Amino acid sequence: MGYTRQWFKSGTPWIWLNGGAVAFSMIMVAGLIGLIAVRGFGHFWPSDVALINLTNASGERSTLIGQLVRSQTVPAAVARDSGETVPDDIELVTRHLIKLGNRDQTGRDFAWYLELGMEPWQYPRDIMVVERREWGNFYGQPLALLREGTVVATPDAANFMTELQAAVTRSIELHEEIRRLERGAVGRINARLERLRLDGRRLELDEPPADVKAAELGRIAAARATLDDEYAVLRQELDVIYASTRRDTLQMRMADGNEVNISLAAIMRITEPNAMSVFGKSAQYVERLWEFLTDDPREANTEGGIFPAIFGTVTMVMVMSIIVTPFGILAAIYLREYAKQGTMTRIIRISVYNLAGVPSIVYGVFGLGFFVYYLGGSLDQLFYEAALPTPTFGTPGLFWASLTLALLTLPIVIVSTEEGLARIPSTIRQGSLALGATKSETLWKVVVPLATPAMMTGLILAIARAAGEVAPLMLVGVVKLAPALPIDATFPFLHLDRKIMHLGFHIYDVGFQSPNVEAARPLVYATALILVILIMVLNLAAISIRNHLRERYRSAGE
Amino acid sequence: MTGEQTTNVTGDLATNQPEAPTRRERPVVSAASARKIGERDTMSLSDEVAKIQVNHLDLFYGADQALKDINLMIPEKRVTAFIGPSGCGKSTLLRCFNRMNDLVDICRIKGEIVMDGKNIYDRDVDVADLRRSVGMVFQKPNPFPKTIYENVAYGLRLQGVTSRRVLDEAVEKSLRAAALWDEVKDRLQDNAFGMSGGQQQRLVIARAIAIEPEVILLDEPASALDPISTLKIEELINELKQDYTIIIVTHNMQQAARVSDYTAFMYMGNLVEYGDTDSMFTNPKKKQTEDYITGRYG
Repeated sequence: MGYTRQWFKSGTPWIWLNGGAVAFSMIMVAGLIGLIAVRGFGHFWPSDVALINLTNASGERSTLIGQLVRSQTVPAAVARDSGETVPDDIELVTRHLIKLGNRDQTGRDFAWYLELGMEPWQYPRDIMVVERREWGNFYGQPLALLREGTVVATPDAANFMTELQAAVTRSIELHEEIRRLERGAVGRINARLERLRLDGRRLELDEPPADVKAAELGRIAAARATLDDEYAVLRQELDVIYASTRRDTLQMRMADGNEVNISLAAIMRITEPNAMSVFGKSAQYVERLWEFLTDDPREANTEGGIFPAIFGTVTMVMVMSIIVTPFGILAAIYLREYAKQGTMTRIIRISVYNLAGVPSIVYGVFGLGFFVYYLGGSLDQLFYEAALPTPTFGTPGLFWASLTLALLTLPIVIVSTEEGLARIPSTIRQGSLALGATKSETLWKVVVPLATPAMMTGLILAIARAAGEVAPLMLVGVVKLAPALPIDATFPFLHLDRKIMHLGFHIYDVGFQSPNVEAARPLVYATALILVILIMVLNLAAISIRNHLRERYRSAGE
Repeated sequence: MTGEQTTNVTGDLATNQPEAPTRRERPVVSAASARKIGERDTMSLSDEVAKIQVNHLDLFYGADQALKDINLMIPEKRVTAFIGPSGCGKSTLLRCFNRMNDLVDICRIKGEIVMDGKNIYDRDVDVADLRRSVGMVFQKPNPFPKTIYENVAYGLRLQGVTSRRVLDEAVEKSLRAAALWDEVKDRLQDNAFGMSGGQQQRLVIARAIAIEPEVILLDEPASALDPISTLKIEELINELKQDYTIIIVTHNMQQAARVSDYTAFMYMGNLVEYGDTDSMFTNPKKKQTEDYITGRYG
């Protein structure tokens, strides 16, 4: 009794309670990161491909080729409910989810199979996984490599794999070439044609004197003709390359024995996971992870990479920071340093603090109604009249998304800047004033530099908040699939009017709007992890800048 | 009661001078400066040249009166100390000389402070100009978050000095005058926060004298420092009084006795006694002063 009381008096229980709370939080965070890391990054491992012979309840034999996704043991009743035939004496059955691929041939990518009736799984070394630009993976055994219809290599030849990989590499290079031409030269021609169209439209709107108009029309027609010619040349060049990509064909046999010809033009990568060592697989893993980070998405975002989403997120956060920092800091300086402290400033301050608590979707609605439709619409009327009725800024886009987020994070920046300014000791200000400095000289030469770490803290919090925000963005500029990045080589390089992709929205889209749920699931986790990492990187960058500043102004705030 | 006495005390010394003649003939100054530093037997306020003349100064914080009808004369190129218990108004009075009290919204002032024939509370006085000629050093060292060099150069840069040569010279001269040059000459580009408290305080003094003020106000300049740093600051004050008029507020009576030529004792917003330091400490005229000096209250 006495001992217990003493134990309580010593304060030990509090230490345990507080320590326990910290430990619990740490476990939650580690568990969260761990779960999304395992679920997401397991996806890129090239697991073995099984060949499974099975006999179903009615005695029909069939063969499957595919990768095991996961297994589960369920009560027999559940299996019976889902249409399987299970003998009465069995209570628990194991079933496996197999990725079968060959979506174009069989119409389904994934399927559950009961373990009942399965013969032991085999892993033949010659099974190939063909990753295609469309229709997802193809699983099967190779028969021959055809070049313009004639066989150039068969699997029993020693050089078959080298021949095949060389052909794949060639096709990928050609594809890159096509992409480069289409994005580069063709894109430029299109941009110029569009500008000519707008020139023509402006001419109609402005109604200049007849001779000017005629001259201008003549110029436009001439320019358009030149561009058309350039385009025709390019088109021919492209046609040649396109034809060239169709040179090689890979002949494959599926699990059911049917033979399929796959044009190498459609192939991204060919691997034989069963024949690969752990090192080979590791290299493959890194390659696929890299591809995920740097490629464009394919197949309704269920395949390929997430690069545009990463790029869009970062660009948006940067533009937001550029907008919110000066506004927030100037507002805070006015509120703290210049405004007469009284009822009015108190009301303003309370309003600002409360803005931080407004649900983000409300900002989205405001952004759509005010920024996009009102401001953007007015901008279009004033400066982009020729392009109407196609809106330029009167439609959701990068700038409006950034502006909405800037508004959303403004209170955070204001509050931390104000707190930073309040922490500057009055003796420092007086020291400056006593040397004959005016108030503004004191402010800009002494006080504001000292408060920069606090401003950076505000910006860090703003970035963390903004990068993870999704709801308002869906209304003001983020889309499922953006045709072009917001920064590219065509003038004006940073395209504030373009729609962007965003990691947060990408997660939502892949997870809930995807036609192929099973294929999308690991990507949801992987994308989520990338988003977390991205926010961490942005934060770490900002924190290191802040610490650098703190080091410079060390001890001043004490 | 005290108010009346105060007026009498300072009346003899200062307010008898008609229209506050702040400049007198030079001979008196030279006679005074000819005397050896520390030799005080012959000192008398009536022989001094007035640098600042305070006439009937009342100061209010809102409804509270913090200074009551202060009249005194600050002699040129002498060290004048203000002593008194906490809250007696000595720092407040000090801050009147460079109008730092203007920063306090609720502060009101009546009366006048005449410096070189001009009331510094006149409407046409530029406060920044005034503060350039009346420098101030605070209780806690308050260097700016800049290099040692930039701290000293700050005041000059404010005045638009950009010439590197001028700045270099001024920085060296000020640091030498503040007895800091030898300690920091090799690390002028280091952050001032890396210095010790005593060095920082001397840096702040160097910063103040870099803009060549006429008067330096010291608000308990050594109260946050260790005895050795305090000694250095006191030696420095002795050096500086050859060129500057110095007013120091201190809690430490030994310090006042050591460094000052004249001492003013304040109590509850009144100037109780003002006179040369030696007489004041050896033979105070007022009972209150004696009680305070001998440590019976305060």
